[in-house]
Amino acid sequence: MEFLQTRLENGLEIIAECNPHAYGEAIGFFVRTGARDETEDLAGVSHFLEHMTFKGTLTRTADELNRAFDDIGAYCNAFTTEENTVYFAAMLPEYQDRTLELLADLVQPALRPEDFQTERLVILEEIRMYEDQPPFGADEKCRALFFGQHPLGRNILGTLESISGMTVEAMRQYWRKRYVPGNITLAAAGRVDFERLVASANRYCGHWEAGSTNRVLAPVHPQQQFQLLEKPSASQQYVIQLAAAPAAEDRRRYAAGLLATILGDDTGSRLFWALVDPGLAETATLTYSEYREIGLFATFLASTPELMPKNFQMLQDIYARAADREPIRSDELQLAKTKLCSHLVLSSERCQNRLFAIGAEWIQRRRYVSVQQEWETIQQVSLEEVQSVLVEFPLAQAATITIGPLNSWPLE
Amino acid sequence: MVGNPTVAEPIFSHIYSNGLVLVAEPMPWLHSAAFTMLLPAGTAQEPASRGGLSTLTAEMAFRGAGPRNSRQFLQALEALGIEWTQSVGDAHSSYSVACQAEKLPEALELFADLVRRPHLPKEELEAARQTVLQEWRSLEDEPAQKVMVELRRRFYRMPWGRPHQGDREALQCIRHQEIVEFWEQFYRPDGCIIGVAGRVDWEKLVGWIGELFADWPAGAPGEPPQAINPPSVGHLPFDSQQTHLAVVYPTVPYQHEDYFRAWSAVHVLTGGASARLFTEIRERRGLCYAISASYHSLRDCAGVFCYAGTTAERAQQTLEVLLAELNRLSDGILPEELHRLRARVKAALVFQQESSTARSQALAADWYHLGRARTLEEVGRLIQSLSLEEINAYLARSGPKDFSLFTVGPQPLELPDGKPQPTMARVPPLGRGKTSGMADSRVSDQDIAESKPDRSEGD
Repeated sequence: MEFLQTRLENGLEIIAECNPHAYGEAIGFFVRTGARDETEDLAGVSHFLEHMTFKGTLTRTADELNRAFDDIGAYCNAFTTEENTVYFAAMLPEYQDRTLELLADLVQPALRPEDFQTERLVILEEIRMYEDQPPFGADEKCRALFFGQHPLGRNILGTLESISGMTVEAMRQYWRKRYVPGNITLAAAGRVDFERLVASANRYCGHWEAGSTNRVLAPVHPQQQFQLLEKPSASQQYVIQLAAAPAAEDRRRYAAGLLATILGDDTGSRLFWALVDPGLAETATLTYSEYREIGLFATFLASTPELMPKNFQMLQDIYARAADREPIRSDELQLAKTKLCSHLVLSSERCQNRLFAIGAEWIQRRRYVSVQQEWETIQQVSLEEVQSVLVEFPLAQAATITIGPLNSWPLE
Repeated sequence: MVGNPTVAEPIFSHIYSNGLVLVAEPMPWLHSAAFTMLLPAGTAQEPASRGGLSTLTAEMAFRGAGPRNSRQFLQALEALGIEWTQSVGDAHSSYSVACQAEKLPEALELFADLVRRPHLPKEELEAARQTVLQEWRSLEDEPAQKVMVELRRRFYRMPWGRPHQGDREALQCIRHQEIVEFWEQFYRPDGCIIGVAGRVDWEKLVGWIGELFADWPAGAPGEPPQAINPPSVGHLPFDSQQTHLAVVYPTVPYQHEDYFRAWSAVHVLTGGASARLFTEIRERRGLCYAISASYHSLRDCAGVFCYAGTTAERAQQTLEVLLAELNRLSDGILPEELHRLRARVKAALVFQQESSTARSQALAADWYHLGRARTLEEVGRLIQSLSLEEINAYLARSGPKDFSLFTVGPQPLELPDGKPQPTMARVPPLGRGKTSGMADSRVSDQDIAESKPDRSEGD
C-alpha cells in the first residue's frame, strides 16, 4: 500500500492510495462545495448542480455519457453533503484512463436550459419523497432550529421555493466560482497506476482554467429549543435532537465517535439496553458527524406515541447520568474501540470505501491516514478524553423536535 | 497474492449426515471471513393465523443462548468485532455475519449456540413482542415499503409472499409455547445451508462445522408448494406527498434454464446509468426521483417488481410510461444493450471479489435454488455467452405480461384499459390515530448529517 500525491499546474490536487493486490479501482473528484456555501435564495444549488452534471456536457449528451460509463462497466454516481460534492466511479483498473476522461467531462456540464427544467422536476420529487419518509422532514427542521440562520441549517436539497425559483444562470455562476481546480481534489484508491493517472489528469483536466476560492466560515450560535409538530396520520412518534460536538479540526473527534457508539450505537449501547431491548422504542440512536468549526451529536428516537414522553425522559436521564453519576467505563470504551476498528478493517476491503475515506480526509484536513494509523489513533483514545467530551459538549443543550400523532407534550 | 480476476477460485461443499450443507469459497486475498446461514424457518412456514411467528422466534433466539444470557450473548458478539444482519424471508430465517478471519471459529460457535441452544426466555417474551410490534408499526409510516409488501402479498399464493413484519393481531396473541414449537420444528439442519467465503481453510472449516453442527438432529418438514396468484390491482389510501406505485409481472425462477435470458431483460430495464426505466421515466421526462425494478425468485416461481414514487398528478403518466417500457421489452433488446450488459457484468463480478459477505450470501442462495453453487467464473461465462437472438426469442415468447398493480397514496390510479382500482380498507394502527408512512427507521448520518446519494440504480 502506497500513498502518492501531486498537483497539476492549474492547482488540481491528485492523491492516491495504491494497492497492487486489489482487483478493482475507484476514482473521484472531491469538490469542496456544498450546502454551507450557498446563499438562502440559492439553497439546494450544489445538489441540483450535481444532478445537472449528469445531463450532458459540451461534447456529450446525457445518453452518451451514461452509455459511455456502461460501455466499460463502470459504476458512476455522485452525492452532495453540507461541505462537499463528490463524483465517483468504480471500475476495472484497465479502464482507469477512460473513466477519468468521462468523469472529468462530467464535472464540466453544459447546463442546458431545457435539461434544467426537466431536472428541476426530479429534485422537487426528491424533496417530496423525503417528506413521505420518517421523520417527515423533521430532521431538516431540527437542523434549522439548531443552526438558526447559519448556512449549515439549510436543507441540502433546498426547498420547494428555492428550487422552483432558481435560474440556470445563477447555477452557472455558482459552478464557475466553486468548480475551480484549486477547490477540487482528484482521489483514487485500489489498483491505481499513478503515473498514468497523472498523465491522464493532465490530458483531461490540465486545460481547466486555474483558480481558487474560499469558504466563508460564519460563527455558529447553536440554539436550544423544543418543538412539537403534529402529524395525525403518522403511526409512530419520532424525536430528533441535535447538540454541538467536536469539530472536524478537533482531535477529540475520535473520542466523540466512541462516545456516540457507547451511548447510542444501534446495538449494545446504553440507549439500546434501556430502550430498544425492552421493546419500549423501535429505534434509539446517537450519531456523531463533523463539519468545519462544529460537530453534531444527533439523537433519533422512534416509538409508539403513548410511550414517547417517558422514553424521552429516560433518554435525557441516560445522558445526564453519563456526565456525572455513571461515567463511561473502561470496558465500554474497549468494546466501542473494537466495534469501530473492526468496521474500519472490514469496510476497507472495498476500494470504493477507501476512496471515500482518503478523499474526505484530504479535503477536510489535507492529510492521508492509512487504515493502520486510524486504527492506532482510535485505540489510543483515553477514558478521560471521552469523559471530557461529555462535559464540554453537554448533550442536554440541544435543539429538539418531536413529530407524530401527539398533539401535546407533558411539561417537565 | 496479486489479484487476477480471471483466476477462478474453487468452491468446496460438504453435506453432513443430518442434511446440513456447507458450501465455501476461499478468498485468500482478503483479511475477512463471512458466513451466511439459511435456516428453513421463513414466513411461509407460519400457520395462517400466526403471521410474524418466525420473526418473533428470531427475536427471541437473540435473547440468550448456550452459556450466555441475552446481554452476555450480544456482548460476546460485539467483543469479537463481528458485523451481522438478521433477516426473515419467505423461505428462510437467515444470518449474515462478517468478521476478521481469525475470529471466524468463535463467531461460528456463537451462532451455533443461537440456533441450537437459544434460551427463548419466557420472561422476555413481552419485550420481544413489543420490539416486533414496533417494527410492524414503523412499516405503517413507510409508504414506499408498504406498497411493495402489499404487492408481494397479493402476487404469491399463500403462504408465500407474507411480510416478515407479520400481522398485528397475530403478534399480539402468539404464546410462548408456539415460539418453542416453531423453533423445535424449523431450526433444523436439514434444509439449513451455511455459505462461507473469505480467508478460510476448507479442511479446518469442515472440521469446525462438523463439531458444532454434526450432532444436530434432523427433522424439518419440507416447504409448502409455491405458486402465484392471477393478476390483481389494489390501492391503499394514504396521507402522503407522493403516490407510490408498484407493478409486478411473473417470470421464470432462478433455477430455470431461461433465467439468464429473463434476467438480462431486467438488467436492460434497470441496470446501469443508461437503463431504460431510468432514462425514459426520470432522465427524459423528470417524472420521479426513485424508479427501480428487481428480480425476486422463490424456488419455483418468481416476479419482477417495479417501483416508482411520484407526485399524485403525475402518477398516472408514470404508470403508463412504465407499462409501455415493460411491454416494449417483448420487442427485444438492442445489440448495444447486450454489449453494455456484458461490460457491467464483467466489472460487477470483479467487485464481488472484494466482498466476502456478498460471496457467502450468493453461495448459500445458489445452493438453495440449484443444489450447488456457481463460481463467479461460471456466472461470467453463462452471461457472456448469451446471444442477442436467444434473449430476444425468449422475450418474444415470454415477455412481460399479466401485470399486477398496487398503489399507496392520496388517490387510486386508472389502469390504461380504464378499469378503476378496488380500494382496500385501511388497517387502523395500534392505539390512537390513523395510519400513515416509513423505510429504514434509523436516521443515519446520511439523513441527518448530510449526503444524499443521487442516482437510484438497479443491481
